[in-house]
Amino acid sequence: MSTLVTDQKTEATRWTGKNVPRKEDERLVKGQGRFADDIRRHNEAHVYLLRSPYGHARIRSIDVTAANNSPGVICTLTGEEVAVLQKPFMEIAPPPGGLMEDYCLAVGKVHFMGEPVVAILAETEELARDAADLVDIEYDPLPAVVDGEAALQSDAPLVHEEAGTNVVWHGVYDWGDIQGAVSRADKVVKIDRLHFHRFTSTPIECNAAVVEYYPGSGEYTFWCNNTMPQFAAMFMGPALGIPTDRLHFVTQDIGGSFGNKITTYVYLTICAILAKKSGRPVKWTEYRTDHILGGSHGNERTFRNIVVPVMADGTILGISATAIDDAGAFPRYEPLGSVIWSQVVPNVYRFRDVKIDFTQVVTNKCPVGPNRGYSRLQHMWMVERIVDIVAHELHLDPIEVRKKNYIQPEQMPYETPNGCVYDSGDYPRCLDLALELIDYPKWRERQIMALGSGKIIGIGIGSTLDSGTNNFGQARIINPQLPFSGNGEVSNVKLDLYGEVVVTIGTTPQGQGHETTAAQVVSDILGIDPDHVRVLIGHDNARNVYTGFSGTYASQFAVTGLGAVQGAAEKLRREIVQLAAGVLQADESEIELRDGSAFVRGQEQRTIPFIGLANIVFANNATMPAGLDVSLNCTYTYRPPFSVPDVERKFGNLTLTYATQIHACVLEVDAQTGHTTILDYAAVDDSGRLIHPQIVEGQVHGAAGLGIGGALYEALEYDEEGQLLTSNFYSYKAVTAVDVPMMKTAAIESPSPFSPNGAKGMGEGGGAPLHAICSALQDVMRQTSGAIITDSFNPSERVYWLMQDTTKGREGVSVEERA
Amino acid sequence: MSNIPSQKRSISVTVNGTTYYRDVAARTLLVHFLRENLNLTGTHFGCDTGHCGSCTVIANGKLIKSCMMLAIQADGFTIETVEGLANPDGSLSPIQQAFSDNHALQCGFCTPGIMLASKYLLQHNPQPTEEEIRRGIKGNLCRCTGYVNIVRAIQGLAAETVQKGDLVK
Repeated sequence: MSTLVTDQKTEATRWTGKNVPRKEDERLVKGQGRFADDIRRHNEAHVYLLRSPYGHARIRSIDVTAANNSPGVICTLTGEEVAVLQKPFMEIAPPPGGLMEDYCLAVGKVHFMGEPVVAILAETEELARDAADLVDIEYDPLPAVVDGEAALQSDAPLVHEEAGTNVVWHGVYDWGDIQGAVSRADKVVKIDRLHFHRFTSTPIECNAAVVEYYPGSGEYTFWCNNTMPQFAAMFMGPALGIPTDRLHFVTQDIGGSFGNKITTYVYLTICAILAKKSGRPVKWTEYRTDHILGGSHGNERTFRNIVVPVMADGTILGISATAIDDAGAFPRYEPLGSVIWSQVVPNVYRFRDVKIDFTQVVTNKCPVGPNRGYSRLQHMWMVERIVDIVAHELHLDPIEVRKKNYIQPEQMPYETPNGCVYDSGDYPRCLDLALELIDYPKWRERQIMALGSGKIIGIGIGSTLDSGTNNFGQARIINPQLPFSGNGEVSNVKLDLYGEVVVTIGTTPQGQGHETTAAQVVSDILGIDPDHVRVLIGHDNARNVYTGFSGTYASQFAVTGLGAVQGAAEKLRREIVQLAAGVLQADESEIELRDGSAFVRGQEQRTIPFIGLANIVFANNATMPAGLDVSLNCTYTYRPPFSVPDVERKFGNLTLTYATQIHACVLEVDAQTGHTTILDYAAVDDSGRLIHPQIVEGQVHGAAGLGIGGALYEALEYDEEGQLLTSNFYSYKAVTAVDVPMMKTAAIESPSPFSPNGAKGMGEGGGAPLHAICSALQDVMRQTSGAIITDSFNPSERVYWLMQDTTKGREGVSVEERA
Repeated sequence: MSNIPSQKRSISVTVNGTTYYRDVAARTLLVHFLRENLNLTGTHFGCDTGHCGSCTVIANGKLIKSCMMLAIQADGFTIETVEGLANPDGSLSPIQQAFSDNHALQCGFCTPGIMLASKYLLQHNPQPTEEEIRRGIKGNLCRCTGYVNIVRAIQGLAAETVQKGDLVK
């Protein structure tokens, strides 16, 4: 069931806003997609990475003699050689995080289970694996630190001795007047600890690359599935001691990423060193266990000492908390997550007084990286938990508490306490629609009817924002020395030699349908059918269409990507009109474009097709009308309107658009087992103007599916020695078709006043299912033990124990009455 | 000496109607044989434990995960992969069309396996309930769609089957 509630349509467009067939589909359903592991190069050799079996250990010795003599082995690579061939990767953090040394292979010691220690290059993948069995490594195991809070203890093992601390970054965010809010509050709700668990949206296609080195030019080509190639280049160029323009990235079809493929530069560096060392194209494809052990995990975050001043009617005045974010063994994309959460400081609520003491630490676990909803979902989950806990403790209706605290549509655009500007939206209406979709009154009745039946029904809400189009100036709040701000994407739209319309973009789509939506935008501007627009697949910096921000991440394509496509297509349209006016001897204002031709309005016989115009420019330019300077090859860089944030106050507009996601969840818990079944589920989104409603709905489904997985099934769990207990799909229970309900969706369109097309970036979602499921489980606890849901991961066992425990389950939560 | 894993053995396998005679190392998995030896890269490799289902093919009429079988075990087998799904004239078969029409694929990596699982399901149960559909594809992981539109595509196909006869021969 899908409802599109549209009442704010503006100008009619022929293609934009419609569900045109996806251009990507035909090749993909025929098995003709080209994914990274499908690439073959003549004479390629295969890499196998031998990884650390320990969470934390000193490497006493590595003997690769037998491996080097093993059949088919071309060469090996160890940390000792890497320390000479590579400079440590750049760190985004200032000291102490900036002191942490990160190499592509372990140097001196291993910092997490799964860290690559030795690379073996052989004629086949199997021979490389055979040789890996012959590598002799002696380790001295060290005590591991696997918990963010434990990492801060003075006697904690140091993950990086060179930094002298496990702290990557620390900062205090303080906006408004939290003390004043506490003083004027009727009550203060205190929550000792909330914990957001570690999981991964792990794509089905693992990381893979074929890497080739050309000694003549010093250039490396990476046929790969990295999703932010110029970010990778920024790390790899200095590490390899070469200009970044020698790094040529080519991506084609990518089998999902969800952010997880951003930090693969570490592995691409191993391949680059091996390609140069061996003189052979190097092919590397991960196994799932490698991917989960050593790829990229989602951030785990613990919130302590949460203080929430509230009024008796449930009005929330502010929040104060300490956040400890566990980045795993190396910062890499971090500590950007230590500021990115502040794109959505009050989530969808009106409170103005906020103080967050934020610390990010390293532990002996896999490094984290962006993971769908990155850093914002952890924070918004805390805010949503606070709303439910306040309602629970004050015996108020959590839906009413939400409505009372929501930012109202008439307040849009709304400036948050830290200077972010929510562009548009109608949260109460989205909530009402979600409640309508699940037939809320019916479930409240059934909830009462179910009492005593052994099944307990819970109803919960998750209200979130999907902030899109980052202002990279927020990185300066982490490190004022970083020369970053704004954002942008590039597109080229041209008529090719025979009048074909060809579009190039710098992005790295992984299923978001960029070819389709770009073609829709171009079709409307040039008056052609999307079937007649060719959009080149993927990112290729040899096409010279990219910025430092190019890629596909952080819910931005509809704004940055399509903004660039629109700008380039409009430039091309102007050139076509100029040229046609000259050729047809008409005024430019009389030219219209339709069906691949230019016409003089009202005179069908005065016309020239695109192929004729292309002929004049590319092969017949002595006939070009005098005084014209057109190339029919138009590049445009879209640059969103941003300024540099105020680093001292940690204040500024950090993202351009804020899509809304309000989810409603009805679930049933078996009192005997704690097993949770979702009975009904609704997702209402507001992504501004919709370019392709079906694609948007598909993104909503996908984000919801992964969120449900994260809430109930998926957790990356380490033991105290740093052994990952859930390193493949045996033990990491990825959500399946039987775990996800047939969710209901609806969309409203509040156009963004700031984006070039009224659209908002979307796709990541704000982790709404985690919030909604915890909220529904809280509703279950209201009817049973009164326990508080303090963890984002709630498998049956935890739910069962929480229902049994009427005292321990409430520990750490209190309400202080103010005089 | 045929138990040396790297030693080659001769096999013949019929894939999508073409019979191939190949020498293949005893330890080569069927998925790698299809991808590397036959260059049928539409069958994907997504895990090492037989859980993700992106390598799903139909072998001798059975739905299998081709990473869980050695190529030499498939000697003499008849196999259907995603490359065999389209109509002989290259147009999309009903199952491919249904996946596209319903936006049942995003990145497309799991899609070949899920389409084959769907085909197998409908061959054996032309009118499945929603629950039967979900059970039928639960061996195939998709991280993009939340499975919603995949289930819809299969439901649509089942409904069409009633109207137009056997769509998934």
